[in-house]
Amino acid sequence: MIPELGNFALILALGLALVQGTLPLVGAWRGDARLMAVARPVALGQALFVTVGFGVLVYAFVTNDFSVSYVAGNSNSRLPVQYRVCSVWGGHEGSVLLWIQILALWTVAVAAFSRSLPRELVARVIAVMGLVSVGFLCFLLFTSNPFARSLPAALDGRDLNPLLQDLGMIAHPPILYMGYVGFSVAFAFAIAALLGGRLDAAWARWTRPWTLLAWSFLTLGIFLGSAWAYYELGWGGWWFWDAVENASFMPWLVGTALIHSLSVTEKRDSFRNWTVLLAILAFSLSLLGTFLVRSGVLTSVHAFASDPTRGLYILGFLAVVIGGALALYAWRAPSVGLGGRFALFSRESLLLLNNVVLAAAAGTVLLGTLYPLALDALGLGKISVGPPYFDAVFVPLSIPLVLLTAVGPMLAWKQASARDVLRRLRPVVLGALAFALLALVALRASAATAVGIGAAAWLLIGTALEAAKRLRAHAAGTRWSRRIAATPLGWWGMIAAHAGLAVFVLGVTVVKSFETSADASLRIGESVALGDFRFAFEALERVEGPNYIAARGRFEVTRDGKVVATLHPEKRFYVVQKMPMTEAAVDRGALRDLYVSLSEATADGAWVVRVQHKPLMGWIWAGALLIAAGGAIAAADRRYRAAKRVPASVAIPVSIPLPN
Amino acid sequence: MKPRHKRLALVVAGVAGLGLGAWLVLAAFQQNLVFFFTPTQVAAGEAPHGRSFRIGGMVESGSLRREGDGIAVSFTVTDTARSVPVRYRGALPDLFKEGKGVVAQGRLGADGAFIADEVLAKHDENYMPPDAAYAVKQAQK
Repeated sequence: MIPELGNFALILALGLALVQGTLPLVGAWRGDARLMAVARPVALGQALFVTVGFGVLVYAFVTNDFSVSYVAGNSNSRLPVQYRVCSVWGGHEGSVLLWIQILALWTVAVAAFSRSLPRELVARVIAVMGLVSVGFLCFLLFTSNPFARSLPAALDGRDLNPLLQDLGMIAHPPILYMGYVGFSVAFAFAIAALLGGRLDAAWARWTRPWTLLAWSFLTLGIFLGSAWAYYELGWGGWWFWDAVENASFMPWLVGTALIHSLSVTEKRDSFRNWTVLLAILAFSLSLLGTFLVRSGVLTSVHAFASDPTRGLYILGFLAVVIGGALALYAWRAPSVGLGGRFALFSRESLLLLNNVVLAAAAGTVLLGTLYPLALDALGLGKISVGPPYFDAVFVPLSIPLVLLTAVGPMLAWKQASARDVLRRLRPVVLGALAFALLALVALRASAATAVGIGAAAWLLIGTALEAAKRLRAHAAGTRWSRRIAATPLGWWGMIAAHAGLAVFVLGVTVVKSFETSADASLRIGESVALGDFRFAFEALERVEGPNYIAARGRFEVTRDGKVVATLHPEKRFYVVQKMPMTEAAVDRGALRDLYVSLSEATADGAWVVRVQHKPLMGWIWAGALLIAAGGAIAAADRRYRAAKRVPASVAIPVSIPLPN
Repeated sequence: MKPRHKRLALVVAGVAGLGLGAWLVLAAFQQNLVFFFTPTQVAAGEAPHGRSFRIGGMVESGSLRREGDGIAVSFTVTDTARSVPVRYRGALPDLFKEGKGVVAQGRLGADGAFIADEVLAKHDENYMPPDAAYAVKQAQK
């Protein structure tokens, strides 16, 4: 009975979403205040019913209701309760419901924090989000109902894929979706601006915090997925240029371009139509990502059922959303115009360059991801595009990007002085060269490694000097705590994210250049050397988990005879799915990770073991976290909230002439 | 500079950037596309020598052998019609099993065996890598 209630709640939510997607639009078009006022309460109602539906599914999982076929397919009575809850998004149907739930959360947030905005804009934004919700609710109810019953009920469930039984499963999907779906807010603002013909600095200021927040979540979500793959897939890789990763990376690249382009639109009222296009593209790529991952086109741990009607539906939905948005853009954008002018040597130019490079990077990833799929679909052969392609394309694009990241903040808006910038770049260049030389001489690094280390040093030094200059600019005698507090959070967010990028680049360069790994066949009591480290296989015991049995090894890692770490890698066997799993053991340090995984037992009692040493591995994670934190800090800037007190009419009124 | 010239310079810079990007992409594409061949195609000599490619099919039952050092392995990949011997050094993925689907990437050795640098099995017990399934289907036509 209760699952039917969930189904019923979702049908009601669909009805409300239809109202939310139409009436406010009509109201905004006709200037009918009553119709526009419908937006907020209906959006809240829709969110309420979606939440009821989601809650019912969680309840079905927690209470092991195996008469619901989705629960029976993805859970088991022996599964620990926290994993039963996150089994909700362990399969296709529940993932779509999670998408809708998160869209509802973002819609409620927009409804709650938009009191100061023009009512037409709010009505349009909420309506566009309602239409997106209609699309997903129809998809859920007509092709992938999570509440479908299979009677008589299964005695027990088929269990959650063992790879997914991890803390990462609790955090990674919801956070990643917060990012994906969060771009729907920027998208809705862009569509509303095109519909309403109002696109100015005030619009950019309203859109910015939402975009920054979504981007921050997306960064965090990608980080969590990567960190999870690092220890859970068992082989120490953290980024595979897998199509599923690319699906989340493309919206990230375009989103990064978008937050920079938005800053120009807000500060200089320039790049207007470009910003709108980026907002549309970022959300389109989020949808494409959902399609790639969920339709079964790609085969990986993320792809669930390959049901052709689902693929067709998503393809049609993509065509409507992306095609419709781009058509609207083509119709209205010429009247939006580029906006304010600027000199060739100015911060605007550099941000334009940033946008071009990021868009090019997203394009190359898109090509490498879709080309094999297109060839396969057309029956022209099977190929794969692996990491070598992406490395070859991505590294040359990202080095200039990293260098320019340090220069951008040094340039003044509109017209910068080349002499001033060159003077300020001198210590940056010297520092970068010093670090690159040090890498070449002291670490005997390759030229490519030295370039990577030099670029990271360049960005870190440039960002630190920029921060120092800004703090020194306060009136003499001001206390430092006061200076830090008086500097806007938006600026601090930028500093944090840029410094994070530098730390990340340094980590990636060092890990890629100096990581070592050895495969060995060891019996208990034997050991294998890796550089200065010696990994000794000390013992093996049998462990029983709630739904698995495992062989658990004990490895002692020594360096110059001193024990530096004791590691316990496991080889698990999940009894319900009859699936073996390598559970690697990692000793994390500030300067290096030590990594041991048990591969398999051979006939003569030895184990095939992989041991790895990864210098500065933690810096990759620290850099990614710093980047995500930068986005969140910038989103918290007071001026986005202070905007409340400025009446809309005071904001620079750059209206767009309506086409007849 | 007049605004018109500035705009021109920006456009030129943009086009140059895109051109560079396109050139990098095409060059990288040329070098790094990895083609897929079935064991039947490999046996017929269609696979390239001295270039990396992928093969897929089933691991033939009873063909898996570990060499003396415990690290080198050899097995046979079959599409039910023809089969190719494969050699690999290192740890095999969790779901690698005789009689199950597998995809390997590497190049042909001088003796006609496939020297794999990478062996892929998939994330689910009942799941067949699509390339492996394709190879078997082609062979049975």
